[in-house]
Amino acid sequence: MADLSIDFAGIKSPNPFWLASAPPTNTGDQIMRAFDAGWGGAVWKTLGNPIVNVSSRFGGIDYGNTRLMGLNNIELITDRPLEVNLREIREVKRRYPNHAVISSLMVETKEEWKEIIARAEDAGADGHELNFGCPHGMCERGMGSAVSSEPKVLLEIARWAVEFATKPVIIKLSPNVTDIVEPGEAVLQSGAHAISLINTVKSIMGVDLERMVPMPRVGNGSTNGGYCGPAVKPIALHMVGELTRHPGIAKLPISGIGGISNWRDAAEFIALGCTSVQVCTAVMHYGYRIVEDMIEGLNDFLDSRGMKSILDLRGNAASAYKNWGELDLAYRVVADINVDKCIGCQLCYVACMDGAHQCIHLPGRTEEESRKAGHVHIPKLIPERAVTAKAGIPGARVPYVDEDECIGCNLCQLVCPVAGCISMKELSSDKPHESWNDRVQKGTDFVPGGLRVTEEARAKRST
Amino acid sequence: MSTEMVRVPGLPAQRLEERFEDKKPPYDEAEAVAEANRCLYCVDAPCIKACPTEIDIPTFIRKIATGNVKGAARTILSQNLLGKSCGQVCPVEVLCAGACVYNDWEREPIRIGRLQRYAVETAIATDPRIYSKKPATGKRIALIGAGPASLAAAGWLALDGHTAVIFERKTYPGGLNTLGIAPYKMKANEALAEIEWILSLGEIEIRQGVEIVQEATAPGQIAAKTLFDEFDAVYLGLGLGPDSRLNLEGEDGGGVEGATALIERLKADPNLKLDGVRKAIIVGGGNTAIDIAHELALLGVHTSMVYRGSEAEMSAYEHEISAGRVDGVNVVCARVPTKVVRDAGGRVTALRVARTENKRPVAGTEEDLAADLIVVATGQSRLTDLARAFPGVELDTKGRVIVDTATYRTGNPKVWSGGDCVNGGKEVVNAVAEARVAARSMHAHLVGGG
Repeated sequence: MADLSIDFAGIKSPNPFWLASAPPTNTGDQIMRAFDAGWGGAVWKTLGNPIVNVSSRFGGIDYGNTRLMGLNNIELITDRPLEVNLREIREVKRRYPNHAVISSLMVETKEEWKEIIARAEDAGADGHELNFGCPHGMCERGMGSAVSSEPKVLLEIARWAVEFATKPVIIKLSPNVTDIVEPGEAVLQSGAHAISLINTVKSIMGVDLERMVPMPRVGNGSTNGGYCGPAVKPIALHMVGELTRHPGIAKLPISGIGGISNWRDAAEFIALGCTSVQVCTAVMHYGYRIVEDMIEGLNDFLDSRGMKSILDLRGNAASAYKNWGELDLAYRVVADINVDKCIGCQLCYVACMDGAHQCIHLPGRTEEESRKAGHVHIPKLIPERAVTAKAGIPGARVPYVDEDECIGCNLCQLVCPVAGCISMKELSSDKPHESWNDRVQKGTDFVPGGLRVTEEARAKRST
Repeated sequence: MSTEMVRVPGLPAQRLEERFEDKKPPYDEAEAVAEANRCLYCVDAPCIKACPTEIDIPTFIRKIATGNVKGAARTILSQNLLGKSCGQVCPVEVLCAGACVYNDWEREPIRIGRLQRYAVETAIATDPRIYSKKPATGKRIALIGAGPASLAAAGWLALDGHTAVIFERKTYPGGLNTLGIAPYKMKANEALAEIEWILSLGEIEIRQGVEIVQEATAPGQIAAKTLFDEFDAVYLGLGLGPDSRLNLEGEDGGGVEGATALIERLKADPNLKLDGVRKAIIVGGGNTAIDIAHELALLGVHTSMVYRGSEAEMSAYEHEISAGRVDGVNVVCARVPTKVVRDAGGRVTALRVARTENKRPVAGTEEDLAADLIVVATGQSRLTDLARAFPGVELDTKGRVIVDTATYRTGNPKVWSGGDCVNGGKEVVNAVAEARVAARSMHAHLVGGG
């Protein structure tokens, strides 16, 4: 069995699964139940001066029969007295000394930061996560995501925290910025010990068309909330990837957050360079119990790969995240439809016709019919292959991929409802690896057929 | 003319059919959306090809999923004006749902019939004004018989601005859709509600209690040829005639009923009680036979079907036979009735049957199967005299009205036809499909003189 324990900037945790600072970490009682379920750590619901909240607070978005593809909230930081939270932190640490308890903090002035850090440490917090990410409500008061979007302000506050703290300082970043590297570099400069990201994305969840009020609705109005859940995972992975490929920032431990719902999601964040992961929406949806699958699944995955610990997995995919200009232009795949699995639904055909490059053909058409349907290139032979799959449509025929025209976009594979039916087949290429950047270097980065002024300017340069 | 115009008459209470529960109850919104979201939205979907009215099923299902229920109903009704009842009564297992790619994929096929019913019922309940009719053309069409074929044709013709007058002999319009559907699928009042909606589409009148004949000799009769004086075109939606008989000794008298006649009473006649009926034998192997057998079984009668061939040769749908068996129907194959046995008082006590080989009786194999009710479900006669009352209308050797299937026009250029009298007895959906073709052809003729 692999070793799932981690050392995150000095914070020890029996596994990399932490609860993110959010409603699941509101109270000590909740966190103790979570630790009993198997969670390795918890970032406490953000502490600060107590606030008042509104009703309602959450909005959800479904996709088909799947509920909560995304969730948003307009809840602020903790609404409980600081002393109550601190007392509970002390109690949790007393009873679970080997679990990670991190205080999430959000205050305004230097004096406030000094006091709250001291009091959190006195209560026994193993580290601090500075909430520079909350994108609703608090940012209107100059806190939360307002800090992430001002690297200078971030740098200053982070430096205060580093100065006041004896425990590790984690900076939680907001995705509501143009370039995540800017706040990332500010963290590096500040001397803070780690980064966590992403906080939630600014969002409006929908519009109630009966009342003509956006959602979630508070009386006759609404406000922008923080969007999270499975739908934001790709955004989070990108931002993690941006930081873990940065030569300086990559040295800081990173806690990945954003749509993580299971062990596979967690493994992906770790493979991109995270040391720990934080989960909120999946727990809000299904409860603390989901951690059992996360621990078991990650363990078995590491074992199956012969990896001994989280460190063996961490960052393995980071270097494969590149700029477009570094990708190999000689690499080519084409769609390959498995004749034995195709059921004849033609979803690949219509997607290719209307959403891609018109290179999937239906057998049995005359050339005229094919051209009328929208094909420009007509292959010499479109084989008539009857659908033979068990679930096949009687009389249906397997669509045919014109490999000469297929540009290997993946779309047909993505829409095909049958697992393993369409695969992307690698074509052997006699061309050597060549990226766009290589071409720029060699001076062969010119593609004819563009604007006249561009071609004229180019001609002038080369003479 | 001694006819009176009615909208749709109400049904009496205490009908036996009211005792039946819906086997496929209507979906609520959440159920419908969840089911709709399962649909793959295939291109050139096999379900469309399996539907005689070629409803764009994946499109209407997607509209249900997006909450566009009125649009879903429009997609259905533009192909099938009787989309609501077809959603309830179509044998989807052998049509659309039977063609769904989910079959054999270890997944349940999409419940297309129930989704269709949901869409049309919900849309009409919300606002029945789904269509607006075109300006009046002044053209008048007579439709003979108020079954599904005539109703669908009348609806489409009325939407095109024509006036449709339907002549119906019976009290209740709807033909077998009102009086012949198994009540666990659809009840007569549901069929009548749909007819009310059809009548709201435009100028449609039902003249009830009127019989069209060759020569009018009694009140309530109208001579076929006189229709051409009053109408620009005629549509024959005659349906089928009375139940066939066995022509056996002992058949005449109480205790022997024709299947469609009995179902009709079960659905609309509060005087039918079936008290004291304990054992029923249904003679026949078709869908009407399994329907009445299933209905009697659900009413607590010990019910057996007797069929002369093998089970594989029965024309009843396999899914209907299986469902009937679950509810207690016995199926006895390779037997042919030879006599209805009665006691001294004339009461039916048994059906004498002989074993068969290749559907022919084997001498000396007779036995008596106890029964107090014999239901004859061996087919229905053709209304050949009525069809022949229209000059130029020709029949084939089986008594079916001959039409050009591209137009459903008969040998008389002013007469079109469709439904059971043309196809020999198929589903409601087939009648509607044929009526749609005819309505288009009639409209073209009426406005273009074609």
